[in-house]
Amino acid sequence: MMSEHILPKRLYYTVFGLLMLCTYLTVQAAFIDLGVLNTVVALAIAVFKATIVVLFFMHVKYSTRLTWAVVLGSIFWLGILIVLTLSDYLTRRWLTYGGA
Amino acid sequence: MSPDGAAQASHIGEVSGHHSGLAHQFDSLAQQREAATLGMWCFLVTEVLFFGGLFLTYALYRGWYSGAFTAASRELLIWPGTINTVVLITSSLTMALAVHAAQTGDRRSLILFLAVTMLLGSVFLGIKGFEYYEGFLEGHFPGPRFQFEAEHFREAQIFFSLYYLMTGLHAIHMIIGLGVMAVMVWMSWRGTITAEYYNPIEVSGLYWHFVDIVWIFLFPLLYLIGRHA
Repeated sequence: MMSEHILPKRLYYTVFGLLMLCTYLTVQAAFIDLGVLNTVVALAIAVFKATIVVLFFMHVKYSTRLTWAVVLGSIFWLGILIVLTLSDYLTRRWLTYGGA
Repeated sequence: MSPDGAAQASHIGEVSGHHSGLAHQFDSLAQQREAATLGMWCFLVTEVLFFGGLFLTYALYRGWYSGAFTAASRELLIWPGTINTVVLITSSLTMALAVHAAQTGDRRSLILFLAVTMLLGSVFLGIKGFEYYEGFLEGHFPGPRFQFEAEHFREAQIFFSLYYLMTGLHAIHMIIGLGVMAVMVWMSWRGTITAEYYNPIEVSGLYWHFVDIVWIFLFPLLYLIGRHA
């Protein structure tokens, strides 16, 4: 039962430490020229931070499957929003009308 | 009446009336807690898509005007953004500890951690206000008084429009969060929150952490692009 699950404080401190470390890394990485990878690294770190907040601070790791379904649903719908829109905008130049 | 019957009767009495936290449509506090968590998450899904639309808009414009976005982002002061990230993450920790205190029935720690969370939230808004003030002075606010190098003048306004819109919307969420936390302090003070009934704290915590997550994405996307150039 999720209701009986009281997480140890130490786990919260560990997650907090990781979040701080990631904040430090993301600021440091921003000052290094990685080309396109700068954005990739920044987003990867942000996604990792968000994931540990959701799993531990928000207790989703210990929640019911129904809660999991709703949480994953939010990511899925966000994916639809982003992927379908970008699939339009990013491919507009692929077609050349009247030319070869 | 048999002892068993009496025990059952008193149990039913507790379920239907005595325990002020349990609403009559739920069988147990655990079920009620699950329903509350699920309900909050359903709301958060709508919030994800609400902010998601703005992040998508940002992605499209940044793709089109990457030069202007880089130049405009560099105009933002990096230290207030970084300090605010640290402040907000710390407030998430104190919020998590508040939920822990509620679960263990530690009323004193609960009120203390809620107060610290509110304090950190206020510090965040204070720093944000300082940034806005600086931005207005620098002519970053889009409109007739906008000032920027001629090359990126029009496109940089799009960056700053998104900056003020997204951070402003985030700040409104913070203000609402502070209001929610004030109610939580009041409920804890009155003794409504117990080790059995702490849904309000848990669910408010979910909201608070969500607002933190929005900032986790806003910070690198608004403040940190093109810092190496």
